[in-house]
Amino acid sequence: MTITELDAIRKRKEDLIKVRRVVKEEGEKLAAKTGYRKQVLVCGGTGCTSSHSMQVIEQLEKSLKELKINDILIVKTGCFGLCALGPIMIVYPEGAFYAQMTPEHVKTVAEKHLVKGGEIVKELLYQGTVTKSGDIIPFSETPFYKKQMRIALRNCGVVAPEDIEEAIAAGDYAALEKVLTKMTPDDVVNEMLASGLRGRGGAGFPTGRKWAFAKASQGTEKYVCCNADEGDPGAFMDRSVLEGDPHCVLEAMTIAGYAIGSHHGFIYVRAEYPIAVQRLRIAIAQARECGLLGKNILGSGFDFDIEIRLGAGAFVCGEETALMTSIEGHRGEPRPRPPFPAVKGLFGKPTILNNVETWANVNPIIMNGAAWFSSIGTPTSSGTKVFALGGKITNVGLVEVPMGTTLREIVEEIGGGIPNGKKFKAAQTGGPSGGCIPAECIDTPIDYDSLLAIGSMMGSGGMIILDEDTCMVDISKFYLEFTADESCGKCTPCRIGTKRLLQLLTKITEGKGEMEDLVKIEELATHMKQSSLCALGQSAPNPVLSTMRYFRDEYVAHIEKKTCPAGVCKALLSYYIDPDKCKGCTLCARNCPVKAISGAIKTPHIIDKTKCVKCGLCIANCKFNAVVRK
Amino acid sequence: MDKQNAFRGTAEQEAKLKAVIDESRTTPGCLMHVLQEAQGIYGYLPIEVQTMIAEGLGISLSEVFGVATFYSQFSLKPKGKHRISVCLGTACYVKGSDKILAELEKELGIKCGECTEDGLFSIDSCRCVGACGLAPVMMIGDEVYGKLTPEMVKGIIDKYKEAEYDNH
Repeated sequence: MTITELDAIRKRKEDLIKVRRVVKEEGEKLAAKTGYRKQVLVCGGTGCTSSHSMQVIEQLEKSLKELKINDILIVKTGCFGLCALGPIMIVYPEGAFYAQMTPEHVKTVAEKHLVKGGEIVKELLYQGTVTKSGDIIPFSETPFYKKQMRIALRNCGVVAPEDIEEAIAAGDYAALEKVLTKMTPDDVVNEMLASGLRGRGGAGFPTGRKWAFAKASQGTEKYVCCNADEGDPGAFMDRSVLEGDPHCVLEAMTIAGYAIGSHHGFIYVRAEYPIAVQRLRIAIAQARECGLLGKNILGSGFDFDIEIRLGAGAFVCGEETALMTSIEGHRGEPRPRPPFPAVKGLFGKPTILNNVETWANVNPIIMNGAAWFSSIGTPTSSGTKVFALGGKITNVGLVEVPMGTTLREIVEEIGGGIPNGKKFKAAQTGGPSGGCIPAECIDTPIDYDSLLAIGSMMGSGGMIILDEDTCMVDISKFYLEFTADESCGKCTPCRIGTKRLLQLLTKITEGKGEMEDLVKIEELATHMKQSSLCALGQSAPNPVLSTMRYFRDEYVAHIEKKTCPAGVCKALLSYYIDPDKCKGCTLCARNCPVKAISGAIKTPHIIDKTKCVKCGLCIANCKFNAVVRK
Repeated sequence: MDKQNAFRGTAEQEAKLKAVIDESRTTPGCLMHVLQEAQGIYGYLPIEVQTMIAEGLGISLSEVFGVATFYSQFSLKPKGKHRISVCLGTACYVKGSDKILAELEKELGIKCGECTEDGLFSIDSCRCVGACGLAPVMMIGDEVYGKLTPEMVKGIIDKYKEAEYDNH
């Protein structure tokens, strides 16, 4: 492909994409030029696919055929972000945001809205877009979207990820064109340095410096790698970028290849992400076919190609040296650094490795300049960050906010608060390597340094919201189970340390803990942090340390009072029936799986504690709130 | 090895595996790819299959075994016809996926990591399928079941059992 051909694609499809970025009058004018009266975008990300968005597309195709409508374009896109309300369908140029669609709903929308002269079906819209007085507001004005700023996710939920022409029209490969025609490799590295972009995988190392080191390394062969081994449970940022805009990653890796003098890239992606893997495969094939990967890219004389390597379910492979060992086909064990990968990485050659979200920021930096990028966010953490918001929060989904946004804005405004009238207790960031941010720190700005200062870390972007029903000792135990299981076993501090920490925590949750154990935990944690080989072991104690820092009283309650304040740790709970409230309806006794409840009809029942297995079924069944858990 | 788990590979499967080995042999670091393909062909990686791979790629069996046991995706034991995988990622965990797992274990009478005697179901836990918006979730084969409660488990399993009886 030549630059002229690239321009031709942009011209041809530009308006089509623009309709999806602007709404109302301007959108309608543009839509008239595209040849499509309307465009219907349906989310084909993992979240919505799991809630059956493919059936929505099928029904849509069927309905349009039945109604003989042929001037509407159906587009299967990546994630729109509001996963909890999937499947999501947006109709442009109006920007009507339909949520929780079923085939039945699709039929209604087709018949009432998509036909000529049709009207938006208000009751099927995401109710956040309908005001009290019944007016429809653009979804970009709703609390969930209003405070967001989409840079890395700019094309997610906008383009069809399986169509390279749409990606090109939406701006992908424009930065590659600029780099190959107007910039030297030094210019590229300097732009990245000046942007202040820091690695989005968690550690926050300046991306430009990584590139500069790799560029300075001598060698005939160098490699560019993409870390898409998103193993942090509860995190799905990278997956969403790969599913929604795979071309932006290919483009960015090619740019890095040009900057450091590499001709070969690898994307290491989790096998648990089948949709992302498939879209990447399609994207690579299309890019090769268009000559945007391969020999002599855009007539510049520069060659670059990318291979996909699948992970096989090992969390430690998210660590850079382990990831490279795994690409080489071995057990994914880390190795000591230095030498750093920029000097001696994959197959012993100089290598740069960046995370998916980091790659997604490269195009906007090249196109808009480092000054623009560094004007967003905070002085030491420029740009935005994508978070996968999950757990006990109303708007579960994917959000991208400028660095420095406070946790309060994310939880209360964007996230829509805690469901069921419960109280916010803490936010867990950084997964098994991170820590928690307690309610008293809810006004902390979210950036690399502020989070470190309060004992948590940015991590890759998983943010799990916990409410008053979550036990902090139990949650640390949960993370230690994870790290103990995922520890590769190469170094002793991590292999033995995680196991011993887990044993201590288990002892506490079973009511056998002693105050001395807290001292032991702190001591062991310090040793692990200082002497583990890689970040997995060094950061494994973080969940325990940060919960002990902010929720020490819960640990003490487990140890001294032998109670679990949140009512989670089974061994510490007991159930009993309040005789004043019990009406003797027998419902609990009939449903008890171990027949631990006895009592005559219309008289208060009693739970036999020696038989009770603490399953909680009686609480769920009781209509009079007579069963108490302590 | 007991009779039930005796290796029953066919010549056709072996031919497929040989083809994969031949086409991958020259790619540096191809072992994981070959193991993934082999698991796709046989459903699991018994010692017989690992031996074929070691011989085919000209590396030691211990190296193959080392890689096959390092990654959680590889299984040395056969799995059920319907592979159930319960997400124990954080988002699912705080929404009670441990209770879903317990209910499944009770319903099928096997523990996590095991396979039912009739070979129909196996249960595993996994770390985040990325469908956190639907937490808690489990997968049966490629089908994702979201927003689960323990009460829903029996109905879902029964659906699969009924389909099996209908086939017979």
